[in-house]
Amino acid sequence: MTLLAVLSPFALAIVAPWLQRRLDRAAGWLLAALPAVLFIGFLNFALRHPAESHVFSWPWIPSLQIQLSFLLDGLSLLFALMITGIGALVLIYSGGYLAGHPHLGRFYVYLLMFMGSMLGVVLSNNVLSLFVFWELTSFSSYLLIGFYHDRQASRAAALQALLVTGAGGLALLAGVILLAFAGGSWELSELLARGDLVRGHPLLHATLVLILLGAFTKSAQFPFHFWLPAAMEAPAPVSTYLHSATMVKAGVYLLARLHPILGAAPRWQLYVGGCGALTMLVGAGLALLQVDIKRQLAYTTVSVLGALTFLLGLGGETAVTGAILYVLVHSLYKGALFLVGGNVDHAVDSRDVTRLRGLRRAMPITFVAALLAGLSMAGLPPFVGFISKELIYEALHAHDLSLLLAAVAVAANGCMFVVALLIGVRIFVGPPAATPREPHEAPPSMWLGPLALASLGLIFGLVPGLIEGRLIAPAVAAVGQLPATPAPHLALWHGFTPMLLLSAVTIAAGLLVFLGWDFLRARLNRLAPLGRLGPARWYEWVLQGVLGFAHLQTRILQSGSLPVYIATLIVVIILLVGGTLLEQVQIVRLANWNDIRFHELCIILTMMMAILTLVTTNSRLTAIAALGVVGYCVSLIFVLFGAPDLAITQFCIETLSVVLFVLVLYKLPRFQVFSRWPTRLAEAAIAVAFGLVVIGLMTLGMESDLGSPISEFYAANSYLQAHGRNIVNVILVDFRGVDTMGEITVLAIGALGVLALLKLRLDRDRPGKESS
Amino acid sequence: MQAVLILTVGILYAAGIYMMMRRSIVKLIIGLGLLGHAANLLIFTAGGLRRGAPAFIDPDQSAAALAQIADPIPQALILTAIVIGFGVQAFSIVLIRRVYQVNGNDDLKHMRSTDELGSNP
Repeated sequence: MTLLAVLSPFALAIVAPWLQRRLDRAAGWLLAALPAVLFIGFLNFALRHPAESHVFSWPWIPSLQIQLSFLLDGLSLLFALMITGIGALVLIYSGGYLAGHPHLGRFYVYLLMFMGSMLGVVLSNNVLSLFVFWELTSFSSYLLIGFYHDRQASRAAALQALLVTGAGGLALLAGVILLAFAGGSWELSELLARGDLVRGHPLLHATLVLILLGAFTKSAQFPFHFWLPAAMEAPAPVSTYLHSATMVKAGVYLLARLHPILGAAPRWQLYVGGCGALTMLVGAGLALLQVDIKRQLAYTTVSVLGALTFLLGLGGETAVTGAILYVLVHSLYKGALFLVGGNVDHAVDSRDVTRLRGLRRAMPITFVAALLAGLSMAGLPPFVGFISKELIYEALHAHDLSLLLAAVAVAANGCMFVVALLIGVRIFVGPPAATPREPHEAPPSMWLGPLALASLGLIFGLVPGLIEGRLIAPAVAAVGQLPATPAPHLALWHGFTPMLLLSAVTIAAGLLVFLGWDFLRARLNRLAPLGRLGPARWYEWVLQGVLGFAHLQTRILQSGSLPVYIATLIVVIILLVGGTLLEQVQIVRLANWNDIRFHELCIILTMMMAILTLVTTNSRLTAIAALGVVGYCVSLIFVLFGAPDLAITQFCIETLSVVLFVLVLYKLPRFQVFSRWPTRLAEAAIAVAFGLVVIGLMTLGMESDLGSPISEFYAANSYLQAHGRNIVNVILVDFRGVDTMGEITVLAIGALGVLALLKLRLDRDRPGKESS
Repeated sequence: MQAVLILTVGILYAAGIYMMMRRSIVKLIIGLGLLGHAANLLIFTAGGLRRGAPAFIDPDQSAAALAQIADPIPQALILTAIVIGFGVQAFSIVLIRRVYQVNGNDDLKHMRSTDELGSNP
């Protein structure tokens, strides 16, 4: 079932564009049927097998003992339910939000691809398949952020998200491989039982840091948080689905999943808790400075991801329960608010919180959804957001941590409260303000999603028992590896506790800031130039550095100058071969210096003089004639040493070459001296060195005679089988006749090329060009 | 004689490489031609030298006679190389002519990319 669940969205993605063309508006509803069915399937499984963990595996690469296996336990079920449930609503929503967009079919493809990949991430039991699906979510996120690909900002944001999460993904790959080696298994289910083995491994610290890098980039932790607000260039359904509800929580999922293994590692609390607390505060603070609905929501998402990371870093049963509940709660209210933001943007073509007012009358249903979600986000009773916030304070209290951390949590929650009221309440009440477009209520496909998600926030708040035993407790058990402990009782009222006091402080502070927000923002905006020194700028610097280095090394390596390329090649050969030759230095006896006839010496000397002329002459014609002389001398050597066929061929070819050279190049001017003398000297030195290497190599080679059994075969059979006395001829036209045929073909193609080049008249094809 | 030929091959290689590093494209092709001669002579010399004993075989001779004649295999290889080398040379000669018509000179520095072709006077 799990394999089918992971693969079916990919399969549906293939036919999605076709369905979209055939069904148009109904396509979103139909496509949503698949995640809805999967949702029911997972829910059924969760109700029937609470707090059990099941592994399903198929052979993948048997030779490496790698299996494609999936793990279904409380944690993965909770995420799978969110992915399929919110996925169904988002697919329906997209049909309305992007109605009439020419690339809606493509959008469905990306979204379904993402859904399958994300299910793969949370269900994978094999760490390698987890990594593959992890990268696939980064990739589909890239496609979705850049969906409006005609906008420069979208493309830049998409690339930024891909580079940041992709770099983290590579770190994660290294991390999980180390983890698998330390634990001796690729399966999470087995690794979970071998935590001691991993924690005792000498490379534990490296493993931890690499895995955390992957999780932190994906979950937008400081200082990698900047890609998430930039990703708000994506259409609203994408921001809802990927960048608040599911994908950005993949990092949190990974931390939770590996908590039983790495949670007790020495520096876990410092890194995870510290980074989480910092992100929580930075995200919440920056959210207050934004005026765009989506950017405000994005920064609060960063803050929430920080809080989740912080809670997992803290560890302990209450903190883990708080984190798990917060994952669900946040997905419900933030998903709803992002969809509300999309509705507002769709209706009035503006997302500016300072300008929007009184949308209540025109958009009543959207307002109800916004109000419900906003109050849950603000952490007010009787919403589930309140329970979750209380749990966070309780976790802090249980850990007896300093007042500083409590202050950080209160400040972050206070900012959250302000943003919740701004978006959930302020833009809808009061007298209507002028907007670029006249506001109107969204179609059913677009209010169904936000209303359903927001209502769940209220229902779970009123009846926490609905989720406590069946969803939250099994997930906590999976994270905490606490088989039999009862989860803390989720309830709205715990009596008068320190947590209630902190809640009251949060709400009071939040209300104060909310009322003075316009004033406060104007003051704080004076600090905006400081933002230019933030991590987003570091990203630019790194990117510019990489590009600059690429330019530099390309300029050096790819100079575009043929002489430089040849010189590089030759120098490398001289160093490698010459160096090896020097190692084997031995006195090589140059055989038979006496065995030289006078006429042979004359030929060689003629050749030397021709070469000298060739190298030094300034006349093109002299050079060509000298090359001819060299060729004829070579041909004479062939005659003298028993190769008449070669001599004849060489003689004919040399004559042809000289004629061709003279015919074609006669009109060209004399050689010009292009390069200066130091260059020529250096190049001459390289050439001479290469000549010496060849001489050394040949001298060494002459020492060994390997014999030639093939020659013997030809000599024995050339007359008997081929009836030819000239062995060379027989080889060419008989034994290796097909090779000769290929050679003739090559020559024919060459001749055709020559003909084409001679006939080609560029001037006629390019009328704008002056003919010279 | 072998030693002299080895020296000759070395000089041919040196001259060929030097010519190939010139910026004139005509010299580049002349260098290629020299390199071809050098390679052919290298194979020829390495195959063993036998004065005036072509690789002919009498109908009544057996394989034992191979010791007295030149090795046919290097010759067959070189024959192919000579012909193909000519094909390359002929093609490049015509190419130079075309380059000269378009570019007005034969400096390789003006031929770094196809975009620049024709943009130089």
